[in-house]
Order: sequence, then C-alpha cells, then structure tokens
Amino acid sequence: MAVDTVELETTLRTSIPISHLEIIDQSNGCGENYAILVVSDAFEGKNTLARHRYVNELLKKQIAQMHAFSQKTFTPKQYETWMAKQNAS
Amino acid sequence: MFRSAFRASTSISLAARRTAASRRTALSPGLQLARRYLSDDAKQKIQQAVESTPVVVFMKGTPDLPQCGFSRAVVQVLDLHGVSPEKMKTYNVLEDSELRTSIKEFSDWPTVPQVYINGEFVGGCDIILGMHQSGELENMLEKAEVIPKIESDSPPQSSSS
Repeated sequence: MAVDTVELETTLRTSIPISHLEIIDQSNGCGENYAILVVSDAFEGKNTLARHRYVNELLKKQIAQMHAFSQKTFTPKQYETWMAKQNAS
Repeated sequence: MFRSAFRASTSISLAARRTAASRRTALSPGLQLARRYLSDDAKQKIQQAVESTPVVVFMKGTPDLPQCGFSRAVVQVLDLHGVSPEKMKTYNVLEDSELRTSIKEFSDWPTVPQVYINGEFVGGCDIILGMHQSGELENMLEKAEVIPKIESDSPPQSSSS
C-alpha cells in the first residue's frame, strides 16, 4: 500500500520540468499521507484547479493508495513571490 | 497536517490548529476501494445534489462533527465567511459508500472534501484554503450571491512593506 517519496519524486520529475520540489511525508512512516509543493513552468497559464487536476492525473496511481494528499503548485515566479511573503510575515 | 507542512498556514491558523487531532477516526476499511463505474443513476443523483443548493460540500463527517481534518478545515472556512446553513448542504461520504466512490469519479477528483458552488466544482481543501487566503473565495461567494457584498474589504493586499 505504501507510497514512498522516491516514487513520487521520480514520477513528477519524469513528467514535468521541476524547478523546486518538496515532498513531505506526514504519515509517520506508513506512507499514506503526503504533502507536496511543486514549482514548475508547466503550470504557466493554468489556474489552480487545472494545476491540481494535472498533478492528480500524474500521480493518479499513487494518490489512490494514500489516505491523504495535499498539494501546492506554483510557477517559478509565483514561488518567489510566495517565499518573499512567507519570510515577511 | 498543514500546520507544519508549509509555513503557509498563516491566516488559516484557525483550521490548522484544530485539525491535527481529528483525522484518525475516518477510515473504516470495508468502505474503501470499492472501485466501479459511475452508474447513470448515481451520476444523476449527484448532479441534482450539486445543483440543489448554492454551496455543496462532500465531506467526511458533518460540520458539527467532522471526521477528517481536511473536511473540518473546509467547513470552518466556509463558516468563517458567513455561509448560512440554508445556502449550504453537506454530504457525509462516510455514511454512503456508493457516494464516496462515485463522487470521486463524478468530479474527477481523487480526494474528499469536495466543494461545489452553484453546481460548479471549485476544489478540495488545498484549493479552498488557498482561495480563502488570496481573497478569491470571498469574491466567488459574493458573486454567487451566497454571502452579501461587503464594501471596503479586499483582504490580502498584505502590506508587508
């Protein structure tokens, strides 16, 4: 059942150009609860829903085996802005 | 869940703080993985459901007793925006295993909760919280006439100068 971070990472990296990726295993080791943050040019011109659908599709097999999955998707530019905001607040 | 994951959680601390404890009860193993195709009947029922009320939430548990942190976060945010009970209907997927599987296919979305506004799929927890933070959710609810328009209230022009 369990999904490992390597599998998630490989799947994403082989599918879209990734400029930054964080995968956080929040499952305490059972491998069923992940949060990911993806920064990619592939998201340019897509709204959040479209991006999430896109990632859902890429990780379809893995997500089906998880109990919980959470994602954040940014273009490189948005990520910079977001980071700046995080640091400011 | 969210809280430590991304430092983002700033303005949703309400949700974040209370969510963590509430997730473990959710899964009853017998219900999951009954994968099958969405029947026309189920599809029609869901279609009617999402059109019946301005805001429709498919969630685990109920607003008073959410069975999952993501679901809890979503209903809390909607509550925060003052969405009144008459304008919102929630469906507990834990009480209906058919719904639980068919809603995923209906929305082409792998997780619960799922939020519909005026019959239109808006997103799951991540999206709703994101829209809440950006102010989009308020705009959308106003436009959908779910909540009254309030002047002088454009949230996060975050003046972090």
